[in-house]
Amino acid sequence: MALLEVNKLEVQFPLGRKTLQAIHGISFALEEGERLGIVGESGAGKSVAAFSILNLLSKPGRISAGEVVFEGQVISEFSRAQMRHIRGNRISMIFQDPMMTLNPVLTIGTQMSECLKTHRNISNSEAREISISKLRDVMIPSPENRMDSYPHELSGGMRQRVVIAIALLSDPSIIIADEPTTALDVTIQAEIMALMLELCKNNNVGLVLITHDLAVVSQVTERIIVMYAGRIVEEGLTHDVITNPKHPYTRGLIKALPQENLPGTRLNQIRGSMPALDAIPAGCSFNPRCDFADGECHKDVPALVGSETHRAACVHIDRIPAFQNAGDAK
Amino acid sequence: MSKLRIFLGSDFVYRFKKDKVAVVSFSIVILLVLSAVFAPAIAPYDPYDLKSIDIMDSELPPSWNEEEGDDRFFLGTDPQGRDMLSTILYGMRISLLIGFFAVILQLFIGVSIGLISGYVGGRVDAFFMRLADIQLSLSTLMVAIIALAVFQASFGSELYSELAIFMLILVIGIAEWPQYARTVRASVLAEKHKEYVDAARVIGMSQKRIMLRHILPNTLSPVLVISTIQVANAIISEAALSFLGLGMPVNKPSLGSLISSGFEFIFSGSWWITVIPSLVLIALILSINLLGDWLRDALNPKLYKD
Amino acid sequence: MILVSKTPLVEIENIEMRFGGGGGFLSSAQPVVKALNGVSININKGDAFCLVGESGCGKSTLARTVIGLNPPSAGQIKYNGQRIDGLKTKERQPFTKKMQMIFQNPYASLNPRMTVYQTLEEPLRIHHPNMNRTEIRAKVEDVMLSVGNDPTWGERYPHEFSGGQRQRISIARALMLDPEFIVADEPISALDVSIQAQVLNVMMDAQKDRDLTYLFITHDLSVVEHFGSRVAVMYLGTVCELADTNDLFATPRHPYTQALLSAIPKIDGSGVGHVKMTGEVPTAMDLPSGCVFHPRCPYANDRCRKEVPVLQDNGDTKTACFAVEEGRM
Repeated sequence: MALLEVNKLEVQFPLGRKTLQAIHGISFALEEGERLGIVGESGAGKSVAAFSILNLLSKPGRISAGEVVFEGQVISEFSRAQMRHIRGNRISMIFQDPMMTLNPVLTIGTQMSECLKTHRNISNSEAREISISKLRDVMIPSPENRMDSYPHELSGGMRQRVVIAIALLSDPSIIIADEPTTALDVTIQAEIMALMLELCKNNNVGLVLITHDLAVVSQVTERIIVMYAGRIVEEGLTHDVITNPKHPYTRGLIKALPQENLPGTRLNQIRGSMPALDAIPAGCSFNPRCDFADGECHKDVPALVGSETHRAACVHIDRIPAFQNAGDAK
Repeated sequence: MSKLRIFLGSDFVYRFKKDKVAVVSFSIVILLVLSAVFAPAIAPYDPYDLKSIDIMDSELPPSWNEEEGDDRFFLGTDPQGRDMLSTILYGMRISLLIGFFAVILQLFIGVSIGLISGYVGGRVDAFFMRLADIQLSLSTLMVAIIALAVFQASFGSELYSELAIFMLILVIGIAEWPQYARTVRASVLAEKHKEYVDAARVIGMSQKRIMLRHILPNTLSPVLVISTIQVANAIISEAALSFLGLGMPVNKPSLGSLISSGFEFIFSGSWWITVIPSLVLIALILSINLLGDWLRDALNPKLYKD
Repeated sequence: MILVSKTPLVEIENIEMRFGGGGGFLSSAQPVVKALNGVSININKGDAFCLVGESGCGKSTLARTVIGLNPPSAGQIKYNGQRIDGLKTKERQPFTKKMQMIFQNPYASLNPRMTVYQTLEEPLRIHHPNMNRTEIRAKVEDVMLSVGNDPTWGERYPHEFSGGQRQRISIARALMLDPEFIVADEPISALDVSIQAQVLNVMMDAQKDRDLTYLFITHDLSVVEHFGSRVAVMYLGTVCELADTNDLFATPRHPYTQALLSAIPKIDGSGVGHVKMTGEVPTAMDLPSGCVFHPRCPYANDRCRKEVPVLQDNGDTKTACFAVEEGRM
């Protein structure tokens, strides 16, 4: 049995007279120490999916169907008190904005010891020692001095490192990272991503990485899920999905990247845009933007087809020509 | 027509309909405003017509008092023999008039100053904002009492009673401009750094036009919200001034002066002269404020999104 | 390399930009931020000139200075040989027609209270007061079609559109006056991947059809490689490398350019082999002495800590680096 299982999860947001459905029944699993990427554009539901794992949905969002199973327990039905033993302890979360985690009026050291002491019965000096060692793990220079700094005294990259250190404090079995480097500069992003990859590998921590950036995900994860309009449209081993995408949407995403096109030429674009939550087309939700769509695509929501290691939700999967990647084009 | 239909189908109207407090207070405000506007048509008597008043009818209790009540006067009469119902309707008319025009004056002064202050910034801003601080450190009532007392003393009470309504509008209007100036300035400061303002500058638009055409319309929702509250405040100020004898004269009473004129009879058992106009005043102010609160929540984009 | 001497369309000469400081009547002094320190760039007609750098490097400040939103603290900006810095709104009028801007945030760059049509007709009403209603309507429709927008959108408000559609409306506004030169400040960085391609295509089509010159601000080097003809790499308010795009990507010389290039994540998952930089990123409030990059540079020596390097020709590219000059790399 997998470490974390999400089964047929549905999430709804009742808003005034209408109810918006953000997630339409998604299922996935994460093995121990596995690194999984969830990729999609804004409105795809990737962050909602991640937040619902820890029951952190902002009001009025709620899980309307399905379950989240962690270590054999159905945590989607846990009470708040039970959830507190999981959150930040067994499963940690890293947000895009480090200040979602850090309290601006407390020193780094205070915040870290407090985190430790809520889950473990240890002395102040022990807590300090563990905190310093975790700061050292995330390559923060002179961690002893940094313990007494306030978050605003650190740069964006350093703050995100501190957040990662906090996420690692209780030796969790899973870290969920929601666009952890989107707000950072490219050079800092590269450093943080390398760091996360190394830490997860060394400590056998599972990672759920939510991002819009296919390139980032291809470097860090072993398996990826591509989401579109609240559904999984493609999933599989990262290498297989990136080098041979099967779903027209995934293909479009990859082909639209500038590095996949000859310089100065028009980029391969996907026409239109992601549908709003209250205007998701019937059948395959990608059909208005798809070059291969026909009458069949308007009928039913396509199921994922293919092997365990790579499958896509498209009825025309056999009709779509083989993928040509950048190497061939150039 | 289609714009009206879009408005009626909007989330704004939907949220309004779902909120009982908003619907009830809106209905009360509309009812009171309409009855004040159409007072000459609705009121059984004209309280300003001295010929129709008989001093023999003075201090009659409401008509539901079986012993002394008179069927002609549903809510009784005041010490001068005027029909209470008619006097209240006419009084409310004056109160609303003062409240409304005082707010228009505040709005005009406050929005202009706030807009200039926020957009120009620097010394102009510092000057106007310190002026606003000084104005706010003196309470509205204090300023109004001093101004009206000086006026009354220097021009005599006869001229005063003729011009009272304009003086009240002027004094209340001027005393409360900082509320608007501060609100508008804060929104201007937030708006002027947005990219659409830069875009207007890039296409070569003049400062004046940017201010009026781009920034001003985007600062108006908070102005709308405080306006409802300010109407209520102006009516209260007017009532308080009238109660102190600095407001509307007895022959043209507002709700405040009605309450005040009945006050001396409250211990002789003629409670209705004070209590009924007070209840009307409370209903009016409460409904306006509740409506204002709802409007603030409804127009707040942050709350709106949740 | 083509050896035709071109007169630059836009000349940026020794621009310096400082914010803060001062303090005056009833207000307190603020720390001085040196956002630009002597930046000189020439943009030739037909260029897609890219300014690239990380947050805080001053690239957006430079863009705003060129378009006239911030007057420079020192230095000159010339358009077609004429000085345009420090002009009043009225005096600038002939240049505003030719120079337009596209902004980063499609959600903030359109006035939420104006319909799309009102937004688009505004530039015409200011610069062509003689145009009549039908002419204006025809022009608006024409431009809307040219950026791939449905002309019937006119009566709707910005909030009814998606980010990509809004950005295309914003591009249409910039094109209303048939400009020659467009400053685009991170026009696609707030958009989704699939939408980025749409907007970039619209911009490239417009360049082809209208013979436009771009000053394109971005932090994304893969976009530069695809879109740019020339590129300036900026770091903390100075230009550290200036080159034709092909040359820059083929032979990056400045250590910062090298680090930046190596940090671009590659989709083929070819490892995380970026050049590691040391030290913290300084801020523009507290600039390092000498070369601003020296605290993070693996090649820095004493000279780099004391003297400020200037841009010098180095074969195909211009670099401001002593290590390159002295062949220490």
